[in-house]
Amino acid sequence: MHFLDITRETCPMTFVKVKLQLAKMSGGEELEVILNEGEPLQNVPRSCEEQGYKVLSVEDCGDGDGKHRIIIKK
Amino acid sequence: MSDHKKISIVCFSGDFDKMLAAYTIATGAAATNREVTMFFTFWGLNALKKQQGHSWLGKDFLSRMFNFLMGGKRNLPLSRLNFFGASPKLMSGMMKKNNVASLDELMEAASALGIRFYACEMSMHILGVTKEDLIDDVQEVVGVATFLNESEDAHIIFI
Repeated sequence: MHFLDITRETCPMTFVKVKLQLAKMSGGEELEVILNEGEPLQNVPRSCEEQGYKVLSVEDCGDGDGKHRIIIKK
Repeated sequence: MSDHKKISIVCFSGDFDKMLAAYTIATGAAATNREVTMFFTFWGLNALKKQQGHSWLGKDFLSRMFNFLMGGKRNLPLSRLNFFGASPKLMSGMMKKNNVASLDELMEAASALGIRFYACEMSMHILGVTKEDLIDDVQEVVGVATFLNESEDAHIIFI
């Protein structure tokens, strides 16, 4: 399982970091991404699915600050 | 994948803020699975010079003067409130404070994302800039016909 925290990144580096990390991984591997609600949460999972990756789960980290955890399978 | 959505960005302006906008759209588009081409012409070429400061590029007096006065990536002016070059540095500081990617980071990302970089033959000819004067990311020096062919079925954005 690979890991990426993009909560301190802003547009467009949120997408860029996820894309570059996925490009480095082999098919079948999974990536855990921590991201903020709003634009990243709305669009990172969607753009991953558009690119043919599977979003296995999306869940609130439960810290009350809007951070979410998503798991993407390449 | 030929069903890719395509975006072509003409980088005409050598303004710091407009270059940021161009690279933001370019990297965002490439990261969301679009095929991106950036075509640099006129003042936009300044961002691609290997020499990032003021340098005497060119083959005659006028082109050397132009290139020296315009400078490179470190000298891109802000399109408004430039204050003789102080503002781009202040703006970079504000961007860093707010975790916004710098122009250098965006340019690095663009390269890593496989964005195609073309430089305009005609404006390079006028300004006396050669392919060797530009960074290695520049794949080819091309004319408008190549740009249009490459941009067939693409959205073209002029900045």
